[in-house]
Amino acid sequence: MYKLRWEYITNNKELFIDGLLLGLKMAILGLIIGTVLGLLLAFARQYGPRPLRWVVTAYVELIRNIPLLLIVSLLYFGLPQVFPRRSTGQEWVLKILPDAETTFIVALAIYAAAYLAEIFSAGIVSVGKRYLEAGRSLGLSRTQTAVSITLPIMLRTVLPSLGNTFIGLFKDTSIAVAIAAPELTWAARKISTDYFRYIEAWATAGVIYLLTCYAIAIGLRLIERRIKWTVA
Amino acid sequence: MSQNLAPNPNAMVSIRNLHKHYGELQVLKGVDLDIAPGEVVCVIGPSGSGKTTMLRCVNFLENYQDGRIYVDGQLVGYREQNGQLKPAPEKEVAKIRAETAMVFQQFNLFPHMTALRNVTFGPMKVRKVNKAEAEENARRLLARVGLADKADNYPSQLSGGQQQRVAIARALAMEPKVILFDEVTSALDPELVGEVLQVMTDLAQSHGVTMIVVTHEMGFARDVADRIVFMDGGVVVEQGPPSQVLEHPESERLQAFLRRLHS
Amino acid sequence: MNEVWDNRHLIWLGLKLTLQLSAVAIVASSLIGLFVGVGLFYGNRVVRSLLRLYVDVIRGLPILVVLFLIYYILPAVNIDILGVHIPTNVGRFQAAAIGLTLFGAAQVGEVVRGALASVPKGQSDAGKALGLTFWQRLFSITLPQSMPVIIPPWTNTAAELVKGTSLASLLSMSELLFATRKIVERTGDVLPFYIAAAAIYFVICFTISRLGALVAQRYRFGVAR
Repeated sequence: MYKLRWEYITNNKELFIDGLLLGLKMAILGLIIGTVLGLLLAFARQYGPRPLRWVVTAYVELIRNIPLLLIVSLLYFGLPQVFPRRSTGQEWVLKILPDAETTFIVALAIYAAAYLAEIFSAGIVSVGKRYLEAGRSLGLSRTQTAVSITLPIMLRTVLPSLGNTFIGLFKDTSIAVAIAAPELTWAARKISTDYFRYIEAWATAGVIYLLTCYAIAIGLRLIERRIKWTVA
Repeated sequence: MSQNLAPNPNAMVSIRNLHKHYGELQVLKGVDLDIAPGEVVCVIGPSGSGKTTMLRCVNFLENYQDGRIYVDGQLVGYREQNGQLKPAPEKEVAKIRAETAMVFQQFNLFPHMTALRNVTFGPMKVRKVNKAEAEENARRLLARVGLADKADNYPSQLSGGQQQRVAIARALAMEPKVILFDEVTSALDPELVGEVLQVMTDLAQSHGVTMIVVTHEMGFARDVADRIVFMDGGVVVEQGPPSQVLEHPESERLQAFLRRLHS
Repeated sequence: MNEVWDNRHLIWLGLKLTLQLSAVAIVASSLIGLFVGVGLFYGNRVVRSLLRLYVDVIRGLPILVVLFLIYYILPAVNIDILGVHIPTNVGRFQAAAIGLTLFGAAQVGEVVRGALASVPKGQSDAGKALGLTFWQRLFSITLPQSMPVIIPPWTNTAAELVKGTSLASLLSMSELLFATRKIVERTGDVLPFYIAAAAIYFVICFTISRLGALVAQRYRFGVAR
């Protein structure tokens, strides 16, 4: 009969703590870079010339319909192999993607950008023409209107979806175990295979993920409540 | 309580000392009512008087806490054991509901079925009537409510009045012992009320069906009802033939209600 | 693209596993999720709380962690129900199928619950008044009317499950992505094989979501057709 022995967890608690922090860090950086990319994509799709719109749509549809793990594998295992050993190309790849952590953040950002572009596009559409016309009538330029009117109103409308995306990205950091970035899932797998403490390790990781996700959700709701204005 | 809870053997519907409350809120405080086979009864009263709730109890769309409802001698929704009410099994409830059709304020036609299918659906699913027979009957009923040409239309393609007439055909198709009408013209545009009332008047004058009609249409009640029942505060306050109830109201509450209507 | 053609057999072996796992997960998630949703909406307090707990726990966990939980924990526990031993020694395929189904059923369950809640109460009343039983009302009135609301997010979940099968490669199951990586390691050729794999995933997932949109369109009642 399997006896629970939690000391293997408590003795290795820094593995789990560091794992959680790394996961959060990758999710936050992925979200930030993804948001910048996603905003560019969304505005390009709404206001850009037609060929650019097609490119953006193709990007969004492609990324949304392939697994994140495929992007991660391609960047980490594949890309360095594309170039001959010690070639300038390979050196460049290794400079941009020096380790598992950075590679995963980049993959996550590429992935998140597609989903965020979709969210932001819908947000821009929902802001609609009326504010735009109000801005133009004040004498603001196209860009000024986009930055000072459309953008803040749109960000307010998409805030809940942005929060959900962040929680999704945090959960997706578990996939970084595939390239041995030492996040939470990696920690759990290490404990479970090194010491055969399967139940303890996975229960611990599961509870940490669960608590963190709900903590983020509650935190986001508090932030949202502090913003006094909503979009009528 | 020494209340007589036995059904009247000559009545199609017998309601005895019916009590219903939602939490603290008492909606029905002891309703007693007998309805004879073939009788057309209009129930009137101010909003909140409990008339719709009573109607929904007869179809067991609402449960009740005390009292009894019998349809054709059968207890509705419960089984009686040593004077206590025990919830009846679902099959039994479904079976007795099939005997009492209902026409709703919001029509509640099934939007994913054509008018014809709305009418054939109950007989085929519940009464196990075969398709050919059900459709023949449904077409006859749709013709009777003046919608022979709308059989293949979906509810969303029909006006409110037309939808309500299909709903009446759907109710008739079950060949129920009693049809319950719950403020069936209240959700209609004024110009569509007439066509629905006309169908109901024809129905009443055919003397085939027992009808309990909760309504605000006093003209209809006066012309068509065999009896008018006035409810207020969760009880039946006064009842009788239309001429008596509407022209010589006895109770103060009914007098006040009628005054408000005419002012 | 010649290299890809030369290795078509290996790719097909991987794809076959991906398709099998996807099919099992999608079918099981849909069926179980349907009842989860019905239980969430119509169940009594006990049923509702238990299902709510299940759905909320699964939704707070990464799919990969659910897969690992099943893969590592299930064989370590003994489950006896009424003296009957339930074999828990699951292999990779079963573990991945169970894990993905747990995830998918929670998603579908939430979708179905929301859709049932969107059907006006009068529809149930009308069904009751005709004398229909609960299951008759569910399958011929409320569920069919929920379909336009259910299908789009349901196909999303299906596509997500297809993408999720790639996680089974981390249980060393040789599905499409695993096969791709093995071929790349062996041949040293990177881009053609990753492009091929991406194209396959894309075609499957894109087709599923387009089909969903098409079917949802057909469910718009009363529009001339």
